[in-house]
Amino acid sequence: MARAATTADAFNAVAEPRRRQILDLLAGGERPVNDLVALLDLAQPLVSKHLRVLREVGLVEVREEGRQRLYRLNGRPLKSIHDWVKTFERSWTERFNRLDVVLAELRAEELSTTENGAGSDDE
Amino acid sequence: MTSSGKAVVTLPADTQVLITREFDAPKHLVYRAWTTPELIKRWWSGDRGEVTLAEVDLRVGGRWRYVMTANGGFEVAFHGEYREVVPNERLVSTEVFEGAPEAEAVNTLTLTEKDGRTTLSILVEHSDQKYRDLHIDSGMEDGMQESMDHLEQVVLTLR
Repeated sequence: MARAATTADAFNAVAEPRRRQILDLLAGGERPVNDLVALLDLAQPLVSKHLRVLREVGLVEVREEGRQRLYRLNGRPLKSIHDWVKTFERSWTERFNRLDVVLAELRAEELSTTENGAGSDDE
Repeated sequence: MTSSGKAVVTLPADTQVLITREFDAPKHLVYRAWTTPELIKRWWSGDRGEVTLAEVDLRVGGRWRYVMTANGGFEVAFHGEYREVVPNERLVSTEVFEGAPEAEAVNTLTLTEKDGRTTLSILVEHSDQKYRDLHIDSGMEDGMQESMDHLEQVVLTLR
């Protein structure tokens, strides 16, 4: 899976540690901006700027409730990042599945050596 | 828990990859399978091809080299040097993919045993984030420039 080389995608949006922090906070549920400002201990304009970037790539959604703007996480764009690591993970899983087979054999060998009373190691 | 499972990959920092997996075997056997050439040949390529060469000079300063013929017919080779060797416990080595020799990673293998089962972890540390990303890409054409330390968990809560 290749990813599109655009600047305004989820990959770039999450490149910034503060924006990842915002996503982590929103993973716990919808929050008003003031909450985020307090939890992040950042100036409001900066938080708003990060939220704007996240909104542009669809990672967060906003709705108005009275005077408050409530932000929530939309995980769908993260799926591509998830997939990116998953491909790599899969190749290690395949590798380890084969290692399981080798290890089962080594265990069986060791067991039969012990049963035969042959104390010496194979090396 | 069953004996086999998925490898778990996380990205603890911009330049790192952490791979972990539990095995139903004591650690001295995992270590043996990890460091013995004829055994390496049986698992290291996974489903991607055949290991045609596995050289291991297991001592500090000793070198290793693995060559695999991938299913597509092309060859890929990796080599490196052992920096720390603590049998059955810990192995620190460098790793270079010969197709991108400028990117040298340092791998730390750690084995911990509990009740006859072994948790294996490999921490891969690249000198630069772009090399880390290329490593994850493994064949995909463009890298990415960001880290995702907690994203994995975020994604998992969303599925």
